[in-house]
Amino acid sequence: MSSGARPVGSVEIAVPPVPEYLQMVRAIVGAAAALDDRLQAGRVADVRLVVSEAVTNALRAQAAVQAADPILVRCDLRSDRIVVEVADHGPGFDPSAVPDLPKVETPERLRHESGLGVSLMRQLADSAVLDSGPDGTVAKLTFVVRDA
Amino acid sequence: MQLDVHRYARESCVVLAVLGELDLAGAPRLRQSVVSETATGIRHLVLDLTAVDFIDSTGLGVVVGALRRLRAHGAELSVVCPEQRIRRVFEICDLDRVFTLHGTVDDAVSASGSV
Repeated sequence: MSSGARPVGSVEIAVPPVPEYLQMVRAIVGAAAALDDRLQAGRVADVRLVVSEAVTNALRAQAAVQAADPILVRCDLRSDRIVVEVADHGPGFDPSAVPDLPKVETPERLRHESGLGVSLMRQLADSAVLDSGPDGTVAKLTFVVRDA
Repeated sequence: MQLDVHRYARESCVVLAVLGELDLAGAPRLRQSVVSETATGIRHLVLDLTAVDFIDSTGLGVVVGALRRLRAHGAELSVVCPEQRIRRVFEICDLDRVFTLHGTVDDAVSASGSV
């Protein structure tokens, strides 16, 4: 899109809590983000990675309580940012209590095959807000878009 | 594209060539392949990620788990990862300091005994 017009709008999808839908969510959200031509290819890849982490956390949370509700994903294209929200019906958790992984140089690090997801979201999104309670978690992930 | 894993022998190594997207859906397939190879008593496993289109932290977790399992059996793991978009995810998580990321399978095979 090179006309200068910005594709402001939103896409919402509700997916069954099944890992096989992850790829589809990444494809849809990535394609929506790519509509904004100010976002470079590497940043679109960041959006895909972050949404994958958020939906993976949602899938794990719902699996823990066998919740069959759909996971809701919304991608808002705004004039100055892209906001992705992922909402689940898992048991909730305390985002501030997510432990740091052992330093990568230490042998203990190899005992951890998971736990990087929240860290990746916080590193790659301009803002990653996790609002969690007993009825579920909403991850709100913001990517600022600037004119070149 | 669902994850696919092709196995072949190269010199004294076993190569697992991974195709597709390595996420929560694909991770069990690769994890099972690694567990099966470890049980055979191999000395050097090469994970070829050249044809991996996407990897997230769950996929990285399988690679970390493979290293732990192989080391526990006194075996080596080499990772082939020429694509920058995949290599970058290792780098963001500092795992490029844990794994030597080889450009080709030949490089990884020739590194046997030196990793």
